Amino acid sequence: MSILAPSPSPSPSLSLAVRDSKTMLGRNLRHVRRYPSMTLNLLLTPIMLLLLFVYVFGGAMSAGIGAGADRSDYIAYVVPGLLLMTVGSTVIGAAISVSMDMNEGLIARFRTMAVYRGSVLIGHVAGSVLQVLASLVLVSAVAVAIGFRSTDATALEWLAAVGLITLFALALTWIAVGMGMASPNPEAASNMATPLILLPLVSSAFIPADTMPGWFRPIAEYQPFTPAIETLRGLLLGTEIGHNGWIAVAWCVGLTVLGYRWSTARFNRDPK
Amino acid sequence: MTPTTPHPRSRSHSHSHPLDIAPAIAAKGLRKSYGDKPVLDGIDLTVPTGTVFSLLGPNGAGKTTAVKILSTLITADSGEVRVGGHDLATNPQAVRAVIGVTGQFSAVDGLITGEENMLLMADLHHLPKKEGRRTAVELLERFDLTEAARKPASTYSGGMKRRLDIAMTLVGSPRIIFLDEPTTGLDPRSRHNMWQIIRELVTDGVTVFLTTQYLEEADQLADRIAVLNNGRIAAEGSAEELKRLIPGGHVRLRFTDPHAYRSAAAALREAARDDEALALQIPSDGSQRELRSILDWLDSAGVEADELTVHTPDLDDVFFALTGDTTLTTDQTKETVR
Repeated sequence: MSILAPSPSPSPSLSLAVRDSKTMLGRNLRHVRRYPSMTLNLLLTPIMLLLLFVYVFGGAMSAGIGAGADRSDYIAYVVPGLLLMTVGSTVIGAAISVSMDMNEGLIARFRTMAVYRGSVLIGHVAGSVLQVLASLVLVSAVAVAIGFRSTDATALEWLAAVGLITLFALALTWIAVGMGMASPNPEAASNMATPLILLPLVSSAFIPADTMPGWFRPIAEYQPFTPAIETLRGLLLGTEIGHNGWIAVAWCVGLTVLGYRWSTARFNRDPK
Repeated sequence: MTPTTPHPRSRSHSHSHPLDIAPAIAAKGLRKSYGDKPVLDGIDLTVPTGTVFSLLGPNGAGKTTAVKILSTLITADSGEVRVGGHDLATNPQAVRAVIGVTGQFSAVDGLITGEENMLLMADLHHLPKKEGRRTAVELLERFDLTEAARKPASTYSGGMKRRLDIAMTLVGSPRIIFLDEPTTGLDPRSRHNMWQIIRELVTDGVTVFLTTQYLEEADQLADRIAVLNNGRIAAEGSAEELKRLIPGGHVRLRFTDPHAYRSAAAALREAARDDEALALQIPSDGSQRELRSILDWLDSAGVEADELTVHTPDLDDVFFALTGDTTLTTDQTKETVR
């Protein structure tokens, strides 16, 4: 076989799976580095909203979060929500780039090569999560620049916060990849992924859920952003977390499993 | 016409491996339907190692579907396939390790450079860094892409993209190569370059499975040709064998004046009519003697055509005969009475 099989092993062992996934990740990161405009565009929304809500609405909105609150209290209130909104906004890029990829002949080439099958999607997911973390560094920098300070977070709480954000990014990325796989073209993928940036608007990101009208409150309460935002707020600012921590982790795990199974089922189908 | 008969152009190889004896590709009873529309309706194929096999057919005949199945991209509804000695259904990864595929649509990453595309392939073939780099440089040089190597592949011309595509397929030295319409959309010079590349591959002992809608291409390159029509193999053999399948050539008379055409058609009742083109076809082998007698006959019948061309049988005739282009015969049968 040595003469005829160029690849050392046709059966995917773990090391080959890791190697192929790393190769695909490298390809995706190269795309992002070379064409950063999409990432930066997606980053613009949360930063704009941060500035808008703090400087334009901040004075009025602060009344909604409690008596005697001022603009600086509102900065503290709104930043955790905007950090998670950044996650939702950045993963739209994953949906678009997966859809673009699936419309290219290159994926057909990968499918006819003896590479680890999962590496294409894993490369996209890992690339997107890294991109989310980089975007969060930028949004955090803006937040700190306009006066956001974590009041009492311990090192452990910081670690938990980063862990939660990463888990949340992983979950939304797998969902976004599934959306990209299910869309016929990049435009459709972008449309389908739009709820990922709209959901935080109807969560407790900007205003506490209990100030919303009764019929609307369930929409805000029973969606992944609200428990994740409340947990992050608790970790960074010492507010009450309650059950939100477990609910947030359950959402993340559930969405990850769902998105993973959706994406791989789509990927394993015969292409058109 | 037995498919396993060795063809004179078949190459033999210095190394003796069981796969050289076993055919590179063997398919039996291959079927594939989309919905209730059968695309491949039970086809059998055998491609001996080290030969060029061409699947010829009109658009929509099922050529691309056949390539997609044989190259593990999609699964067949039924049928047995072995590629490179491996069973397609039970061991597709082993098949993937010995094949290279260049599909009909460009399979290059347009966002990165040609060189990066090559290195990507080298990484996916798990070549050591140094070897990967060397292979990339060599192939880029061989396909005349060295100058453009550092430019994004999206800026390449159609011919350059095709060359990069093939170069990427060759990383990892596949023993069996599938080319789905490799020259469609290329200018004549690029087409001839591609033919040269394919010939070189075969000299190295590679088996090439090629689809095309250009008969000349199959004639130029292929040891064996299968004509695919409506999901079935209409005929299979060498180009010479296929040409022998149909009757000889003809002389074609073309008219510009409909009246002249009609009176000529009335005078030459043996000729096949093509009313739309105002042309008549008289069976002929194209020899000088026969041509002279036809001209004498035309003179005596008082027929003066605006254009006279001699057609010797070529693969086009085979193609039209086999893929059921029956315009001439139907015109003949409904000959109108004036």
